[in-house]
Amino acid sequence: MGNIDANLDRLAALEGMGCSRKRREDPRFIQGKGTYVDDVKMPGMLFGAMVRSPYAHARILKIDKSRALAHPGVHAVLTADDLKPLKLHWMPTLAGDVQAVLADEKVVFQNQEVAFVVADDRYIAADAAELVEVEYEELPVVVDPLKALEPDAPVIREDIRDKQTGAHGARTHPNHIFTWNVGDKDKTARVFDNADVTVRQEMLYPRVHPCPLETCGCVASFDKVRGDLTVYITSQAPHVVRTVVGMLSSIPESKIRIISPDIGGGFGNKVGVYPGYVVAIVASIVLGRPVKWIESRAENLSSTAFARDYHMTGELAADSNGRIKALRVHVTADHGAFDACADPTKWPAGMFHVCTGSYDIPNAFVSVDGVYTNKFPGGVAYRCSFRVTEAVYLIERMVDVLAQKLGIDKAEIRLRNFIRKDQFPFSTPLGLDYDSGDYEPALKKVLAAVDYPALRAEQAARRADASAEWLMGIGIVTFTEIVGAGPSKMCDILGVGMFDSCEIRVHPDGSAIARMGTITQGQGHQTTYAQIIASEAGIPASLITVEEGDTSTAPYGLGTYGSRSTPVAGAAVARASHKIREKARQIAAHLLEASPEDVEFDLDRFVLKGSPEQFKTLKQVAWAAYNNVPEGMEMGLEAVDYYDPPNFTFPFGAYLCVLDVNRYTGETRVRRFYALDDCGTRINPMIIEGQIHGGLTEGFAVAMGQELPYDEAGNLLGGTLMDYFVPTSVETPHWETDFTVTPSPHHPIGAKGVAESPHVGSIPCFTSAMVDAFAHLGVTHMNMPHNAYRVWQQSRSLGLARQ
Amino acid sequence: MSKKVMVSFRLNGTQTDVVVEPRELLIHTLREKCLHTGPHIGCETSHCGACTVDVNGMSAKSCTLLTVQADEAELLTVEGLAKGGELHALQEGFMQEHGLQCGFCTPGMLTRAYRLLQENPNPSEEEIRYWMAGNLCRCTGYQNIVKAVQYAAARLRGEAVETSHPLMAEVSAH
Repeated sequence: MGNIDANLDRLAALEGMGCSRKRREDPRFIQGKGTYVDDVKMPGMLFGAMVRSPYAHARILKIDKSRALAHPGVHAVLTADDLKPLKLHWMPTLAGDVQAVLADEKVVFQNQEVAFVVADDRYIAADAAELVEVEYEELPVVVDPLKALEPDAPVIREDIRDKQTGAHGARTHPNHIFTWNVGDKDKTARVFDNADVTVRQEMLYPRVHPCPLETCGCVASFDKVRGDLTVYITSQAPHVVRTVVGMLSSIPESKIRIISPDIGGGFGNKVGVYPGYVVAIVASIVLGRPVKWIESRAENLSSTAFARDYHMTGELAADSNGRIKALRVHVTADHGAFDACADPTKWPAGMFHVCTGSYDIPNAFVSVDGVYTNKFPGGVAYRCSFRVTEAVYLIERMVDVLAQKLGIDKAEIRLRNFIRKDQFPFSTPLGLDYDSGDYEPALKKVLAAVDYPALRAEQAARRADASAEWLMGIGIVTFTEIVGAGPSKMCDILGVGMFDSCEIRVHPDGSAIARMGTITQGQGHQTTYAQIIASEAGIPASLITVEEGDTSTAPYGLGTYGSRSTPVAGAAVARASHKIREKARQIAAHLLEASPEDVEFDLDRFVLKGSPEQFKTLKQVAWAAYNNVPEGMEMGLEAVDYYDPPNFTFPFGAYLCVLDVNRYTGETRVRRFYALDDCGTRINPMIIEGQIHGGLTEGFAVAMGQELPYDEAGNLLGGTLMDYFVPTSVETPHWETDFTVTPSPHHPIGAKGVAESPHVGSIPCFTSAMVDAFAHLGVTHMNMPHNAYRVWQQSRSLGLARQ
Repeated sequence: MSKKVMVSFRLNGTQTDVVVEPRELLIHTLREKCLHTGPHIGCETSHCGACTVDVNGMSAKSCTLLTVQADEAELLTVEGLAKGGELHALQEGFMQEHGLQCGFCTPGMLTRAYRLLQENPNPSEEEIRYWMAGNLCRCTGYQNIVKAVQYAAARLRGEAVETSHPLMAEVSAH
């Protein structure tokens, strides 16, 4: 319809898909007018503070709350004994396990929740928390997951000691959570037995933390008169929280209102339900007053969902040309003391089975053993897309190891093994169906952009110079993501299928309100969803108000994590827009006194075919929808769509990193990082770029410095910003970004998710570059984090540093 | 509990009196007593800078100041940056250059950058990165924040500035 250039003004006015539309969220945030949980102030509101365990594993002998209760301004001190009559001293987790809300007979990780003090303000609550006296008897501690299943290992979970079947099958040891196998074990073994070449590499993906700048918190308000509960909460899945709170409290969902207001970053940290939320709700029900709970950074880093902690062994079988024939993987997954790992119910290791990556690997077998340790729960968080970080790290590292063994260039071996464009949709040996991809041009574009041959030549010269102080490493990663959980046959959260939803209501003046079942934590939904509606229904984005997060108004959805908003809710937005458009077209035909078949949609208007001067704008149609519709048609102009996706989306990327590494100090400089992402149709390039920058920065942090180590006694080390590495603007490299466009064929607008890609892809790219700096000396792998001390140790072990 | 004292300061140009315990942190006074909830709390070790406000012409982390120390002070928070309904050049810059996502670090970033540009009206990229290093951000990767500060610096120097994210670039390229 018409040529794009001629319509550019109308297109620009729509601010639809493909535009770098400026964000609707910004005006309030740049003026300090956002509303985050701790900004909420309610009449009579009290404050809660948690009493936490100093021990990793200990029996609780006695809790004396008398001094705390006697402190002026203290209203309540809750312990497990107070929660027991409500059966709330334990709560269910998304992984099908249970988690202690307040420790009952014993504590199983340091900083575990033991008691909850409610007081007039946070200062008094903190004082009173110091006055709660808890007597402990220390127990032996398990910190090493590789020792957790030893016959004489201390039993962490006495509550389920004799339970031989967990949520994910048989348990073989009191500290064993699950074993999850996928793929053809025997066939894969045969391929390994007969392969020209095999390689094997152990690697640890260390425990890290998403560390959103805003910690977790809530304001729970139970109104005793109305009998309803309102909770402002840092939740990435408020509808799910409503359902769970309903199940636990026996309050009907219609009387529970969960509100995720502005959230200061989530990054997967804010998916699950934490004990703080539960006790704040209980305290509010008991006291009949609003109760606020806001955790500190140290509490956040030591008790809310961590990420990773996968001890992986990878193996590849290949022919002498580097064509991969089989992949075999074993993982020991450290889940901490309770399995609270956020996953679709049927997937205890998430989507780890995407670990055959971007390669046409005919045979594969994966086995994951989850184990309990005396650490805080979590696992899935921090832009992992349900363990895809680990999967991509595993395969990308293994391909490098294979390339090194065969003496094949890292880029070349990838080109030899890529799934070709014409093989899509592509079924992997681990049961996934990739939707679309075009990997070779993406990698070649990156190699050309950085002049890869010149970099390799420079590296060769550097390696030849025995006096060179700086080693040079080049990292390459070509990853395939899996995002948009997911088809309800495969994916559910506690039994609720993982659809998502959108509801659009067009007002008589042609403006609209739209709500979705997702919830932004900074990804710009309030801007980008409106762009989809603008393009698909012809309503200028500036006239569309987008809201999420209030369970009393927004349609039910599963929330935002796993980069699922665009694939799932984005699809629902497009389909609801199409419903609006179709009804509008019929109204327009009625107004034009034409047959609907003769009227077609053109940007923001409905035009009579062959007579472009005869049209009705969406605005005119909207007015007519409220006073003059075709006979038999319902008045009004609104639509709802609940979208159950037919498949995931599989965005991909090609990343390249150049590192300079000081052999004497272990200091590292990122000389260049080039990231090409293909997420299909691009809704807002500016926002995608921002997602990439943020994700790459996280990747840099994870690879180069972040870790949450435990000592033998189970003390968490480095659980504050004193040690936990969050880069500033000084450390953070300059990022170069690029893209190709390979749409998802099954998605209504061809768009794939993208926000986790940069985190998923960049981390192995940094490791690849770091290992590459030492590869000429036979190093095949170095465990993260690649901080200066550890890199210096590597350098010294090779005789490169001064002894 | 220690005795409360009255503290007086000018907050975004308005004379303000508060009654606080000596131990009360300035960030809590601003957020809870003055209802200026723009400045945020992101840590308790004084690293993140989400609480940054301008105190007597200096950037200060208000989680690391007692309110009693702010007696007679001149305080500026993010709420005071816009004048007469006009956004400050920095606020415009952050919006045009996509220098924020979740918005949680933004008030601290803006107040820090406000002081930075008075200390150094024409900073290099390296200077911006170094002089903003007391402020952590988890969303942006800083790159667009640097651009936002450069945008504002150019505006404040009276130069014509354009966003590096033109609205229709990708659409018209296809």
